[in-house]
Amino acid sequence: MNESTSQNVRKILDDIYRTESRRVLATLIRLLGDFDTAEDAMHDAFSAALDQWQRDGVPANPRAWLVSAGRFKAIDQIRRRTKFETSLEPFIEQIGNAAADEPEPDHEGIEDDRLRLIFTCCHPALRPDARVALTLREVCGLTTEEIAHAFLTTPPTLAQRIVRAKAKIRDARIPYEVPSKEDLPDRLEVVLQVIYLVFNEGYSASSGDAATRPDLSDEAIRLGRLLKELLPDPEVLGLLALMLLHESRRSARTSPAGEIILLEDQNRSLWNRELIAEGTALVERSLSSQQFGPYTLQAAIAAVHAEASAAASTDWAEIVGLYSLLLRMTPSPVVELNCAVAVAMRDGSSAGLEIIDSILARGDLVDYHLAHSARAELCRRLGRTEEARASYERALALAQQEPERRFLEKRLNKLQS
Amino acid sequence: MKYICLGYIDEKVWEKMSQNEQNAFMDRCFSYDDELKKSGCFANGEALQGARNAATLRWKNGRVSVTDGPFAETKEQLGGIMVLEANDLNHAIQLMSKHPSLSMGGGCWEIRPTADLSAMVQESEARRRTREERIL
Repeated sequence: MNESTSQNVRKILDDIYRTESRRVLATLIRLLGDFDTAEDAMHDAFSAALDQWQRDGVPANPRAWLVSAGRFKAIDQIRRRTKFETSLEPFIEQIGNAAADEPEPDHEGIEDDRLRLIFTCCHPALRPDARVALTLREVCGLTTEEIAHAFLTTPPTLAQRIVRAKAKIRDARIPYEVPSKEDLPDRLEVVLQVIYLVFNEGYSASSGDAATRPDLSDEAIRLGRLLKELLPDPEVLGLLALMLLHESRRSARTSPAGEIILLEDQNRSLWNRELIAEGTALVERSLSSQQFGPYTLQAAIAAVHAEASAAASTDWAEIVGLYSLLLRMTPSPVVELNCAVAVAMRDGSSAGLEIIDSILARGDLVDYHLAHSARAELCRRLGRTEEARASYERALALAQQEPERRFLEKRLNKLQS
Repeated sequence: MKYICLGYIDEKVWEKMSQNEQNAFMDRCFSYDDELKKSGCFANGEALQGARNAATLRWKNGRVSVTDGPFAETKEQLGGIMVLEANDLNHAIQLMSKHPSLSMGGGCWEIRPTADLSAMVQESEARRRTREERIL
């Protein structure tokens, strides 16, 4: 074997690892019934490939080769571990048989395994933070270190979260399956929540120095695209559209120095037209299904913003209409606040302020900095400077994120001058 | 009469014990369970996996919502249940007071007399029968 073959195979394997390792893993988990066994088996299969492919050439169907090699490596492992235990023989036989019955893994079967993996990682009986960590680890293939870094926690803490989640899947017997038709809407909701949480953490980091962490948003969009291929439900399209439309504004949302720029002050020529076109097409497709939900409506709102060439030419009536629909579908004080801002743009600041004050008077959103900063801005526009100052100060006291704090401080200073 | 005994433990106390301590503790518990079985007082029992493996179902906005974790996030969690056959509550208290698991500390046994629902079941059956007859 010459040096160039060896390097060539290594490169081919690197590519296959990037594109196929999650599919191989998803199938091995089904065949072997356990996350850790499957992960070990997959890595064994890749290292076996490095040796054998150099000698025998790259097989016609590398993925099938890897699944099959992984399965036999796992059976060997279990045999070795349980040399003197006969109790596991039926289990080994079962794995072997399941494997033998398995036809050449076809495309559809493989894609089912990926859906199984997603639904298992996002099972509602797992802790919300564990769902996110497990999905990024198993479905996206991020390392524990990468995930820990993205969520500003330590690798040991994150590793423990993943270990416990896998233990629960095994011990409480969370099945490796796509939910039944009856359960699908509820379970899909949890999956979409996980993806949106990952996106939001990347788009508007909950704490820390930088306003956004783009890696996580990319990962969430990748997940959204994958889910759209596997399960093109209207809300899956809606969530993907929402993420793409938000993403289209990323470079306009912050100044090079990392300062926040509000929607109406953004340089709209910086918006990514390609992402807007893709997102808008998805919104239309989802809306025409007549079975859309809150993600699609939020995406539709983002699409109305995207098509306006300037803040002043935005179709605010359309936006208020969409928010009213959204409020009926998922009543929440945060949606009400957003609707109030749209009303202020359509009917004038005092109309919006009235709604915000009624939300706060109910005791809702009193600890939400954006409620106070929206109130402050409307007061400022109405010339009620003292009230504006008090609300900005309240918002500042509640804001966690550094760029957000700098933004509020600047607004406060401007008020004084 | 049957008493359901709910055994609560502080999982942290258990995790802090050494392997030897855990073994000695379990040996004491099991040998007392054997005594209860011999005297016909141990009707049934099951140990539970850790509370973090729990799932909780609730009725929320007109549908079932599934969440992770135990019902209450408290220090003590349900670790096992025993169905005790005892003459009366005092007898049940007597029997469970001697259970070595109490010595671990941080936990407790909650003794709950079983309720007799047989009359309720009969009435319900009658109601459901009537309904079926009406359909016919």
